[in-house]
Amino acid sequence: MGYIKINQDKINDKIVEQLKKICPFDAFVYQDAYLSINAACKLCKLCVNKGPSGICEYIEEEKTFIDKEKYQGITVYIEQRENKAHPVAWELIGKAKSLAKVTKEPVYAIVIGEAVDSIANKALEYGVDKVFVYQDDLYKDFNVELYTNILIDYKTRMNPNIILFGGTPEGRSFAPRVAARLKTGLTADCTSLDIKPNGDLIQVRPAFGGNIMAKIHTPNHRPQLATARYKIFNASNKEKPHGKIIKMDSSGISKDTSIKLLSSENKPKVKDISDAEIIIAVGRAFKKKKDLELIEPLIKKLNAEVACTRPLIENGWFDPRRQIGLSGRTVKPKLIINLGISGAVQFIEGMKDSEIIITVNNDISNKLFSISHYSIAGDIYEVIPELNKLLAKII
Amino acid sequence: MKIVTCIKQVPASSNVEVDPVTGVLIRDSNNAKLNPYDLYALEASFSIKEKNPNATITAITMGPPNAKSVLKEALYMGTDEAVLVTDRRFAGADVLATSYTLSQLIKLIGEVDIIICGKQTTDGDTAQVGPEIAEFLGVPHIPYVIEILEILDDKIVVKSTYDTHDEINEIKLPCLLTIEKSNLTPRLPSYKRKIKMKNYQIDTVTLDQLNDKNPKHYGLNGSPTQVEEIFPPSNEMKSKFIEGNKETLAHELYKILDENKFL
Ligand SMILES: Cc1cc2nc3c(=O)[nH]c(=O)nc-3n(C[C@H](O)[C@H](O)[C@H](O)COP(=O)(O)OP(=O)(O)OC[C@H]3O[C@@H](n4cnc5c(N)ncnc54)[C@H](O)[C@@H]3O)c2cc1C
Ligand SMILES: Nc1ncnc2c1ncn2[C@@H]1O[C@H](COP(=O)(O)O)[C@@H](O)[C@H]1O
Repeated sequence: MGYIKINQDKINDKIVEQLKKICPFDAFVYQDAYLSINAACKLCKLCVNKGPSGICEYIEEEKTFIDKEKYQGITVYIEQRENKAHPVAWELIGKAKSLAKVTKEPVYAIVIGEAVDSIANKALEYGVDKVFVYQDDLYKDFNVELYTNILIDYKTRMNPNIILFGGTPEGRSFAPRVAARLKTGLTADCTSLDIKPNGDLIQVRPAFGGNIMAKIHTPNHRPQLATARYKIFNASNKEKPHGKIIKMDSSGISKDTSIKLLSSENKPKVKDISDAEIIIAVGRAFKKKKDLELIEPLIKKLNAEVACTRPLIENGWFDPRRQIGLSGRTVKPKLIINLGISGAVQFIEGMKDSEIIITVNNDISNKLFSISHYSIAGDIYEVIPELNKLLAKII
Repeated sequence: MKIVTCIKQVPASSNVEVDPVTGVLIRDSNNAKLNPYDLYALEASFSIKEKNPNATITAITMGPPNAKSVLKEALYMGTDEAVLVTDRRFAGADVLATSYTLSQLIKLIGEVDIIICGKQTTDGDTAQVGPEIAEFLGVPHIPYVIEILEILDDKIVVKSTYDTHDEINEIKLPCLLTIEKSNLTPRLPSYKRKIKMKNYQIDTVTLDQLNDKNPKHYGLNGSPTQVEEIFPPSNEMKSKFIEGNKETLAHELYKILDENKFL
């Protein structure tokens, strides 16, 4: 906690120029020979660390420290719908187990619902030490008010160090409610999680809307909350259950709510690219929707699923469930072929663990080449028609 | 009926990079625009007003002084009022501090029936600010709304969309909605409104005007999460690089697929 102090005595036009150049957020304001920082500042401290020396100084403010020893255990919230768990939970349990090895903490799961015993048993198979079950007819469908009350009850009783949520639509609505009520931090869509021996969670995610990663921590608040999307981490190995199911009494928890679910309708299932083995991913190099016909022969021969980057979703060319990336799906196919995609960090985070990556791009400096097994420097409008000729020869 | 719509100014280009040697952030321009998802939030507000002509819409944003430009855009599109909350003590705010600041502003505006947020921003990209504002105000929220079905005196009925299913919920007022992109087409700012709003002064609120004046609750001080370090994404893979004319490239690609037994 702190602020940036500017040494006004040393300010001159040249220094102001240098600082303005270094600040990515345009936060320096120079007026009447006084240099100040406005609300655009994100306290990235680049001006302190990389700016002209002796001008900007980071002043650490006094803070009250919490007793981190009092918070123990990594808890995974298991999201369920129609008494089925969302599989992201098993991935979070896998991650929680590896974090807990460092800090020697227990790994817990919590599940809320109407008939969720089989989910609780499954959590034990994935190796949690305890699974806390809040069961009631009223908890059948997710309700953000009722469910938040439960997590607060859980926090009061258990004092967890960390709570992990799936970065699903439900998780992204639920976790912030819990975080705000507990007045603690929440880091969305982490792509990597690590832990310090003192229990501080090291959360990595893309930041500032660009091609950069940020390491984020929650140095002085507990519990630490984070979400991670489906397929970012590997599912936990199954093991011989050693844990216990703990049935929680919810009679003392408020069941008032201002939200009434009137109806709910499942969407027709589309083949999910998350589970596809072979993917052809297309980007903005395709100038018109019709040009996608170019890849038809390849789709057929490879029996591939088509996926795309976000701009093509914004064009309305594909169902949003076909978007790869941090705000789309994470994929881990055996083969992915990227056609005319620049390789923004948000895209790469969604596919970098694919087994074989082939990229065709006419810009040799595009970022996907550096993570591809095969980089083909060429124009899709030339290479693919040629390839189609070759494919036509095999039956 | 009083509606408050939260909008945010975001960078127009996402080309921020870290210089791997110096660790300095490089942004290729400082152009800013209105968060595209907030266009749908504004559109949803207008659709409520069309059904309830007495409703007033106030667009609000927290940001630096130049964030006024997105408020102007909102006014020209059709909001009745616009308020900027800005203070250098808000610098370094994370989701919690941002949501808290916005909730303080909404309390200051007072007697709000519906708060509308975009689904997410294209820079923060958390989708968390809306639900956290709702919690700080102690009101219920519904995320990913695609349609407002019915507006009654003390409640509304909305349709929202999740990955696997759609839901229709009835929710008591006051409440907060976050708006998903839908088939509504966001309107453009109108020239007529621009002329009409020529003399409109956008209200600026600073920390000292909020109810809670404790600077420890705002900006970096009020933020449980902190950025420890920023770094470029790692690219460590070795790759086979293939150049040549189109025939060579197609042949090579064919060979790769064949050798790896995909054909
Ligand atoms: C918060 C946030 C979240 C995001 N989430 C996602 C996400 O989940 N998924 C996602 O995809 N994006 C996401 N984006 C957008 C992302 O930053 C990029 O803008 C996007 O991925 C770029 O798409 P593209 O590669 O198709 O287009 P471009 O960046 O325009 O790239 C096109 C590429 O095609 C090449 N090319 C052009 N013509 C040809 C040709 N004839 N032959 C061969 N190559 C050619 C060009 O050299 C270029 O490399 C997000 C952005 C933000 C800010
Ligand atoms: N600084 C801000 N000022 C006003 N509204 C904001 C701000 N940040 C976020 N919001 C609102 O919260 C939504 C979600 O933002 P985010 O959590 O950053 O993805 C946005 O679409 C806006 O409606």
